[in-house]
Amino acid sequence: MSTRYSFGGDEHVFVEVDEEMSLEAFFKSLSLTNAVRASSIRGVTEVCPANASFQVKFDPDVIAPDDMLTELKRLEAAAAKAESRIRTRIIEIPVFFRDPWTTETLMRFRERHQDPKSTDIEYAARINGYDSVDAFIAAFTGSPWFVSMVGFVAGLPFLYQMVERERQIEVPKYLRPRTDTPKLTVGFGGCFGCIYSVRGAGGYQMFGITPMPIYDPKQEISYLRDFMVFFKPGDIVKWKAIAREEYDAAVAEVEAGRFSPLIREVTFDLDEFHRDVDGYNRKLDEVLHAH
Amino acid sequence: MPIRVVAPGLATTVQDLGRPGYYHLGIPISGAMDRFAMRCANLLVGNDEGAAGLECVFMGPELEFRSEAVVAVTGAELAPKVDGDERPTWTSFRVKAGQILSFGFLKSGARAYVAISGGIDVPVVLGSRSTYPLGALGGFEGRSLAAGDELAVGGAGRSGEGRTVPESLRRMPGKPAELRVLPGLYWHRITAASGRDFFADTWKVAPEADRIGYRFRGGRPLVFVPRKQPFGAGSDPSNIVDACYPYGSIQVPGGTEPIVLHRDAVSGGGYMMVGTVISADMDLIGQMQPHTEARFVEVDMATALKARHDRAALLNKVRAAVSTT
Repeated sequence: MSTRYSFGGDEHVFVEVDEEMSLEAFFKSLSLTNAVRASSIRGVTEVCPANASFQVKFDPDVIAPDDMLTELKRLEAAAAKAESRIRTRIIEIPVFFRDPWTTETLMRFRERHQDPKSTDIEYAARINGYDSVDAFIAAFTGSPWFVSMVGFVAGLPFLYQMVERERQIEVPKYLRPRTDTPKLTVGFGGCFGCIYSVRGAGGYQMFGITPMPIYDPKQEISYLRDFMVFFKPGDIVKWKAIAREEYDAAVAEVEAGRFSPLIREVTFDLDEFHRDVDGYNRKLDEVLHAH
Repeated sequence: MPIRVVAPGLATTVQDLGRPGYYHLGIPISGAMDRFAMRCANLLVGNDEGAAGLECVFMGPELEFRSEAVVAVTGAELAPKVDGDERPTWTSFRVKAGQILSFGFLKSGARAYVAISGGIDVPVVLGSRSTYPLGALGGFEGRSLAAGDELAVGGAGRSGEGRTVPESLRRMPGKPAELRVLPGLYWHRITAASGRDFFADTWKVAPEADRIGYRFRGGRPLVFVPRKQPFGAGSDPSNIVDACYPYGSIQVPGGTEPIVLHRDAVSGGGYMMVGTVISADMDLIGQMQPHTEARFVEVDMATALKARHDRAALLNKVRAAVSTT
């Protein structure tokens, strides 16, 4: 990993922690953005962590761009080792795979897809070497995922699969982006999963849909009353495959204001995770389902 | 309510100077695309410069005033009319209770800013009255205005009619429009020759040009430096591991059509960027119509900061000129 700094015009510094994605790069980017926030450098207006990079927006009338750069490099040098233990939360997200709404949408945009003859999830299963879509779903839901970035549009989480690289699912994005994606579609592009927080354009493959809203600008949904955006970088997600009846029941619960996501506090340790990935993920599962 | 929307125009939204602080959650700054014009309109009617007004794209709305107000229209040349009688742009005028404010055809520019004494009073959401339609956030019910909407107006400001911004202090894009760019971000991904072509070519604003971003066409495609794509980036040479997008950054999906992100920017994604339009030139983009010819002009940081300083000085001149008229 070698950190690269670049100015984004006269108001942003762009910091690439690593060219490629890894949990190490994400942890370094997360801990550096925390350090920038804690340092309260004058003139900083926004601190945005991303998967393996981050961005600082600043007011050049308050701090000269070169001074801003010096401050960031000083913080990087001081944080000799990235924080590898974080207090976070693990959340269970129900997913109705192969649902009628994303299926209808993907059929409308077949000419923009690599493989117009199969569905997105059939294509993803095949190119990742799975015998069946069911086996693919088992792998997708089998391990937890890190929220490594929130953005693109309001409240959209990017999710990174917590398994060894050779087991990680990889799927290209659509050849040309769609102009439509149903709200709450569970998508996948490159090595990242995502949940589309709002309806709109998108280039990720569509696998299914969650009944659980993650962005509510009106702040009427019970668990979004305190803040309209559900996710933050560092959250851990465990998918749960559900059938149509469970999906419908969950939607009804959301509408009645009774849906409450399964959330547990947890400490994540990157070194321990690497020592025994499957064992560590089982422990995370136990935390999630402990009574 | 003091104002009833008779006809909404094409995409008229309530905007102020924006909503900083939530970009890390994908909520962009929003606010007027041409902030200079928005500030001028507010100054003309005696509002705070950050009061909420209307941003009208290509076409004006028709508004019925139920109480008297002072109004100013700046930015695009979109002639205001009071009960059918034309009024000058960049100049404050009075609209009496019962009168209708409407607009003529667009003569130049792309976005007109309508300030009303007292400011449009919609709820403040995350610190701003700006509309972010993609997220259904802020403004009037999170969307563009529609016929029948009723707008509230804040307490009357220190309004005066007949104030004007002298023509010499108004700012519009040239022909072709020149957008100054600081190269950077993933600039190293393209060859030196390709970088020279990017700045040498004349581009045209594509029809896909909105508050999220402006797409350009007509220049030569980028030539990438060969590399093995990093893990997680995706297979196209224009792909990167999804990263943050600066406001004004120029991404080039597939290496073909540059997109300059604006006030309602998507906050991040997986396309390489060749650089960033400097802050002083962001307002100009808001006044560019589709098919407008444009060139990207390479500058360094010192030039970017000088341009920013010049723009602040211009605004100070407007403040002085308006307070003495």
